[in-house]
Amino acid sequence: MTDLAIQAHDLCKTFGKVKAVDMLNLEVPRSRIYGFLGPNGSGKTTAIRMLCGLLTPTAGDINVLGYSIPDEAEALRLKVGYMTQKFSLFEDLTVTENLQFMGDIYTLERKLKNQRIGLAIERYELGKLAKQRAGTLSGGQKQRLALAASTLHGPDLLFLDEPTSAVDPENRRSFWEALFDLVDEGTTILVSTHYMDEAERCHALAILDKGKLVAEGSPAELQEKIQASIVIVESDEPRKVGKMLEEQSFVHSTAQVGNVLRVMVSIDQASPEIAVSDAISRAGLNVKRCSIAKPGLEDVFVAATRMKKTPA
Amino acid sequence: MKSLQRIFAIVVKEVRQLRRDRLTFGMIVGIPVIQLLMFGYAINMDVRHLNAAIADMSGTSASRQLVMDLSETQIINVVKQVSSADELEHLMRQGEISVGIYIPPDFDRRLQQPDRSAMQLLVDGSDTVVQGAAAQLAQVAQQARTSPYNDRPPIMEIRTFYNPERRSPVNTVPGLIGVILTMTMILFTAVAIVRERERGNLELLITTPLKTSELMFAKIIPYVFIGLIQVSLVLLLGHLLFHVPMAGSLLDTYIITLVFIVANLALGLLISTLASTQFQAMQLTFFILLPSILLSGFMFPFAGMPRPAQIIAEALPLTHFIRLIRGVMLRGASLQELSGELLVLGGFIVVLMTLAILRFSKRLD
Repeated sequence: MTDLAIQAHDLCKTFGKVKAVDMLNLEVPRSRIYGFLGPNGSGKTTAIRMLCGLLTPTAGDINVLGYSIPDEAEALRLKVGYMTQKFSLFEDLTVTENLQFMGDIYTLERKLKNQRIGLAIERYELGKLAKQRAGTLSGGQKQRLALAASTLHGPDLLFLDEPTSAVDPENRRSFWEALFDLVDEGTTILVSTHYMDEAERCHALAILDKGKLVAEGSPAELQEKIQASIVIVESDEPRKVGKMLEEQSFVHSTAQVGNVLRVMVSIDQASPEIAVSDAISRAGLNVKRCSIAKPGLEDVFVAATRMKKTPA
Repeated sequence: MKSLQRIFAIVVKEVRQLRRDRLTFGMIVGIPVIQLLMFGYAINMDVRHLNAAIADMSGTSASRQLVMDLSETQIINVVKQVSSADELEHLMRQGEISVGIYIPPDFDRRLQQPDRSAMQLLVDGSDTVVQGAAAQLAQVAQQARTSPYNDRPPIMEIRTFYNPERRSPVNTVPGLIGVILTMTMILFTAVAIVRERERGNLELLITTPLKTSELMFAKIIPYVFIGLIQVSLVLLLGHLLFHVPMAGSLLDTYIITLVFIVANLALGLLISTLASTQFQAMQLTFFILLPSILLSGFMFPFAGMPRPAQIIAEALPLTHFIRLIRGVMLRGASLQELSGELLVLGGFIVVLMTLAILRFSKRLD
């Protein structure tokens, strides 16, 4: 057994003429949280569905936990858990009934089943909700129930497709605490997201854009390796300055944060802050201050998905 | 063993969901009761005051006496006197009358001739209730023939227009069992899987070790019992309210009904794998329901239908069920005598289930 939970080689999926996933190569180590970060339509869900055998790849090889997918998808089912983007448990069943159902579907022996359900209810704080129908739960409660249900059979690998899109920050935080507990117990987690704060928590990230893997590494590595410099511009006319800078060939993008402009400048510029400052002065616009800043994960994401030139 | 646990889990879930879906739960009882009462009372109603016209070409005292006798039954209400058979037909085509009485000029002489009928009763067969009334009228007219000839042949020759086969009202209730089951059973399973697809449940289920065949069988089991409840209701009410006879054995009735229920559920499952929305599933169900009612022999006699319609009818489970249930309930036939039809229904189950399982994919593409 390798120390990789997931390996994918040149994975492709086309729907008609649309390339949803394009030559994706992946190596996901065991007992880690691996994130798919990408805008909507970047192929995150399609990739996850192929990895757990729900979609047949157009081309490429997949190996998950030693099983060749999609051929051995049925054998894999017992070892993985999958939490869908949309809440997919039964809204007209109670919390306990849903958990019992999932326990039976995974053919847990009666005693073990009840024991696991008891633990899950405690762990995911579902005690007071046990007799409530799932349809009446809040977004955060639903996510906890879905996580409890998808881990009831003790999967080695957990697929989470945008698990917290309908969850407030407080609940998102506790949800992630639960994920780290699972990793501690040896579970590998593959999670897709478009939230930076979530992506930042992952051990490793793959940034997807239009079906392609455009960057990969730990959040820290990615921030270090970024093929751009970040310049902070303070100005009285940030909108005008921003528009003007967007037209400069050495500027990849600008983003306004309050009164401050965050400008992504080509790595080729030796002193980016001076280049930006000069450009603003040339245009006869006002500038108070230009300084270099440390790139954040959002900059990495923007650089990877929106850069005019191909990233290295 | 593991299979059983999974199947049982789905069955329990289905029953729980069903119990909480009050409208559907109500319909399980409501549909058979309401339909039986509607159809039952319609067929049981005494027919009175049917509009009639008389063409009395003989005008003798015997013929006038006959017309009076017929009127006194209150079955017909003579609205017009006309002077030719053509006029009678014309009035019937216009829908002004449902019954036409034609008394030929040589009526008195015909009465004395035991080998000829003396008069004609024209009946609008497009209304089956009217056909029943015609039989009653013929009885009355028979008294006009003097003995010793008042038994045969009938004095009145009945000519049924538009629908040549006269049907007995009791035919309706056994057939109604089939219609009700076709309606409810197909719809239940047709919607069953599509609904889970729409709600996203299916995406979860297909990532579990649940096998397609387990899912399909588990989806059928709860509804088999519901079907049996419905049948029992119709049989009981049919017996209590309408005195529908049970010529054959009750057990045989349940056996053929059980086979029919499973065939319909399997058909519903197949629809469920074809449709992608509940609305589509409903449309497909009605696409089957309507020809089932019209072509199966429930409404119109099978023998009178053109060949293409018969071929379509043979492909509908209800056609075979109507033959079976009428055989058992009305003619007292045994299962051995009906084994051919029973085998056809069994064949439907095997083919439909196999197709449904093959059609259903645990993949999303």
